Amino acid sequence: MATHFTLNGKPQTVNVNPDMPLLWVLRDTLDMTGTKFGCGMALCGACTVHIDGEATRSCITPVSSVAGKKVTTIEGLSPDRSHPVQKAWMEIDVPQCGYCQSGQIMSAAALIAKTPKPTDAQIDDAMSGNICRCGTYPRIRKAIHRAAQLSASPAKPAATGAEVVPSEETALVGGAE
Amino acid sequence: MSAITNPLDRRNFLKTGLAGATGLVIGFYLPGRREALAATPAAATPAILNAWVHITPDDKVTILISKSEMGQGVETSLAMLAAEELECDWKRIHTEFAPADKVYFDPAFGMQGTGGSQSIHSAWEPMRKAGATAREMLIAAAAQKWGVDASECHAENGAIVHAATKRRATFGSLAEAASKIPQPTNVKLKDPSEFKIVGKPTKRVDTPKKVNGTAGFGIDVRLPKMLHASVEHCPVFGGKVASFDATKAKAIPGVKDVIQIPTGVAVIADNTWTAFQGRKALDVKWDEGPNAGVSSGSIRQTFMDAVQKPGVVSRKEGDADAGLASAAQKIEAVYEAPYQAHATMEPMNGTADVRADGVDLWVPTQFQTPAQGTAAGIAGVKPEAVNVHTTYLGGGFGRRGWSDFVAESTQLSKAMGVPVQVTWTRQDDMQHDYYRPASYIKMSAGLDANGKPTAFTARVACDSIMNWFFPGSIRNGLDASSVEGVSDIAYDIPNVLVDYHLMSGPIPMGFWRSVGASQNGFFSESFVDELAAAAKKDPYEFRRDLLSKKPRHLGALNLAAQKGGWGSPLPKGRYRGIAVLEAFSTYVAEVVEISIDKDGTVNVHRVVCAVDCGRVINPDTAEAQVSGAVVYGITAALKSEITIDKGRVVQTNFNDNPTLRMNEVPKIEVYFVPSTETPTGLGEPGVPPVAPAIANAIFAGTGKRIRHLPIKPEDVV
Repeated sequence: MATHFTLNGKPQTVNVNPDMPLLWVLRDTLDMTGTKFGCGMALCGACTVHIDGEATRSCITPVSSVAGKKVTTIEGLSPDRSHPVQKAWMEIDVPQCGYCQSGQIMSAAALIAKTPKPTDAQIDDAMSGNICRCGTYPRIRKAIHRAAQLSASPAKPAATGAEVVPSEETALVGGAE
Repeated sequence: MSAITNPLDRRNFLKTGLAGATGLVIGFYLPGRREALAATPAAATPAILNAWVHITPDDKVTILISKSEMGQGVETSLAMLAAEELECDWKRIHTEFAPADKVYFDPAFGMQGTGGSQSIHSAWEPMRKAGATAREMLIAAAAQKWGVDASECHAENGAIVHAATKRRATFGSLAEAASKIPQPTNVKLKDPSEFKIVGKPTKRVDTPKKVNGTAGFGIDVRLPKMLHASVEHCPVFGGKVASFDATKAKAIPGVKDVIQIPTGVAVIADNTWTAFQGRKALDVKWDEGPNAGVSSGSIRQTFMDAVQKPGVVSRKEGDADAGLASAAQKIEAVYEAPYQAHATMEPMNGTADVRADGVDLWVPTQFQTPAQGTAAGIAGVKPEAVNVHTTYLGGGFGRRGWSDFVAESTQLSKAMGVPVQVTWTRQDDMQHDYYRPASYIKMSAGLDANGKPTAFTARVACDSIMNWFFPGSIRNGLDASSVEGVSDIAYDIPNVLVDYHLMSGPIPMGFWRSVGASQNGFFSESFVDELAAAAKKDPYEFRRDLLSKKPRHLGALNLAAQKGGWGSPLPKGRYRGIAVLEAFSTYVAEVVEISIDKDGTVNVHRVVCAVDCGRVINPDTAEAQVSGAVVYGITAALKSEITIDKGRVVQTNFNDNPTLRMNEVPKIEVYFVPSTETPTGLGEPGVPPVAPAIANAIFAGTGKRIRHLPIKPEDVV
C-alpha cells in the first residue's frame, strides 16, 4: 500500500506494509541509515525524527500515520552541517561512539526551534528521553546552550573538526598543578 | 566543508567497495574529511610506506587505524601519534580502519583487538615510529632525487625541504619512490618538548560524520542483494531448539526463509522489521537443558557456600592471622555486586558475504582476529580469505570482543548464498550478553591502637570471565580478572591475604568496562572507608597516610581532594565521599557530592576526578573518556543490574534495566596530574572509583554502610 509524505523537503512515496514503523522504512526501504535503532520501544530516543516539527520516536510510529506529513531526519537537518545544533556539536566535539547522536541532535533541534534559549531544566525535560551510554550528556548540555547562542546571532563559522584547535577545555584539563 | 554525502551515494560506494574487496586499502568508509577534499581522484593508488602510512600522489596521507573506534577517540589519537613524527599537515591526514592482519596484532593480546584500556599504551611507540619511518623514507627519496645528503634535508608541513638550495617536494610527489626505499630500522623519535600535535586538544576526526548521520556503524551496512535476519535465541542459557513450526512466519510477505542455526531459529527477510515480525510468528519448542532452575538466589548461595572455605591464594604477604590477632580492633564485612549488561546503544549485529572463494565481513568488532577466525571456520576458508571491514562501533565496553554476531551472520550468509545482516533486538542484546560477573567477598582487617591497619584479608567468590574467554590463562585456579582491584590493594598494610574461589555457572561472562576493578574497587574502597571510620580518621587523610609509598595513587588522591574542596563546608544536606584506585596502570581518584531524598533516592551533584595516565595525548578526548566513565559508573552504582530467574535474564530493555539520563547527570570535572610517564589508557579507569565514592558519601551523610550494588533507596533510609 502506498503512503505519501514529505521527507526532508521532497515528496516521498513508499509501498510498504502500513504498520511498518517509520524507522525501518527509512533505514531498510530508503537506505537512510542516519536514524538509529536502539530499543524498539521509544525508551532511548536513538530513532528520533521530526514529524511536522515535533521530535518523534520513529521506532513506534507506523508509516501510515505520517501520510501527508512532513518528516525530517538527520540527513535533512541541513545540507552542509550548518544547523546551529550541528555547528555547536562540532565546536564542542560532543560525540563519542556517536550512535545516539542523530537522535540527540534531532531532539535538541526541536527544542531550540520552540525554545530558543532553553534553561537547564528545559534541556532536562526535552532531552531525558535520549539515552547516551558513552555519557556525553555534559557536552550535549553545553552544546545546546551554544546552539542557542549561534541561533541568536549567526556567528563565525564553526570549527570543521579538521584542525588542531585549542578549545576551552584546555584550561580545564591541562591546568591542573 | 563540502556538501553533505548523499546517502544513496554512500550506498553506491558500498557496492563499489564490495566489488573491489581486496587488498589493504579498500574500505566501507568515506572519512568525512575525504569529502572535504573532494579533489581526490577516485583511482589514486597509494604508495605504502608501511602498514600504517599510505600516501597518494595528490598528497593525501592516510593513517591506518588498527584499533576499533567505539567512542574512545582512538581514530584521532592514533593518527595524532603518527602525524606528529611524519611532519605533515594535520588537515591532510585521513584515517581508515585497518584490515585484519598479523602486522596489526597488539602484543598485549597476541592478536588484533581493542580492549583493556590498552590502545594508547600499545600504540605510543609503534605509531610514532610508523610516522618517523615514513618521514625518513621520504627524506631519503628526496635526497636521492636531488643528489644531496639526506642529513641536509628535513620534513615540514607535508613536504621535504633542502634548505641550502631552497628545494621543496611534497610527500605525494615522493611517496612512490620512498616506498621502494628499505625501511630504516633505527629512527630517532622527537623529544616530547618538540611535540606540535601530541598533548594539544585536537578535534575528533569522526565528529563531522557523527553529526549528520553519515558515520557507518555495523548496523548501517547496505549491500546489493543483502537480506536482513533476526534470531530467536533460547531464553534459557544452555538451552537449545527442540522443534519449531515456521508456517506462520513464512506466510508473512517479505519473509524469505526460516532456518535453524546453532544459536536458535533465524528468520530471514527483505527488511529488519519483517524479520522481527517473523520471529513473533514462530512457534519454537525449547529444550531448556539443565539450567532452567537457576536463579540469582541459587547462584548467590553457591558463592556464600564457597567463601566458607579457603580459596586459591592470590596475594600473601606477612602473616594475616597474626596481624589480625594482634589488632586492637577487628573489622569484618561482606560485600556483593550483581551481573551487569553492557547495553551498547547499537544492538549486536553483523553483516557477512560468504562466497566460495572467501568472506567479506562488515562488523562492529573489538577483536578482528577472532572475528576473522570465526568466519573462516564457518565458511570453510582460510582466515586470510576473510576480509574484515571494521565499522564504527556504537559502543563496545567489552561486549564486542565476542564474535557471536559474526558467527550468526556468517552462518546465515552461507545458508542463503547472498549477503546477510543479522540484527539483534534490544531484548536479545540485554538477555544474551556476556555479563560483568557477579561477585561476593568477605573481608576483614585489624587496626592497632593508633588506628593503623595490621592486616587485611579478602576472600572472593566470583564468576570467572577467563573460563569463558580464554581458559588457558587461568593459573592454578586463579582468574586474575576476578581479583584485580582488591588483590592489588595499594595501602601500606603489613599483612595481606587475598584468596579466591573460581565460580563457573551457566551465565556467560565477559569483559565489562573496567572488568574486575568495576566490582572490586567498590569492595576495597568502601571497606577502606570502613577502616577509616573505625580508626576515627578522616577518609581522605586515612588513605593519604597509607599511600606514602605509592606516589601516583597519592598524586591523584591529593589532586582530587584539593579540586573537590575536601574538608570545606557543604550546603546542608550535601555529603562528600572519596575513593582512589589504579586500573590498567592509570590512577584515578574521585570526590563526589550527593544529597539524599526523603525516600532514599540518591542524587549525585558533582564528581571531581583526578587522573594520572602518564602523558596525555589528546586532552579533549581524554576528558571525555573520564567524564563518560563517571556516567557509566553512576548507572551501575545506582540503577542497573541483571538478575536471573528460571535460567534466563529477567531484564528486557531500558525500562527495567535503566541507565542514567540527562536530568540525573552531575557536574563532572576532570583534572590530569601533569606527567611525562609513558601514556596509559583512559577507556575504563574512570569507572571503578564512582560506586565506592558514592557509597562513602552515603555513609558520611547517614552512617549507613552500603555493601551491595546497585544502591537502592530502601538501602539508604
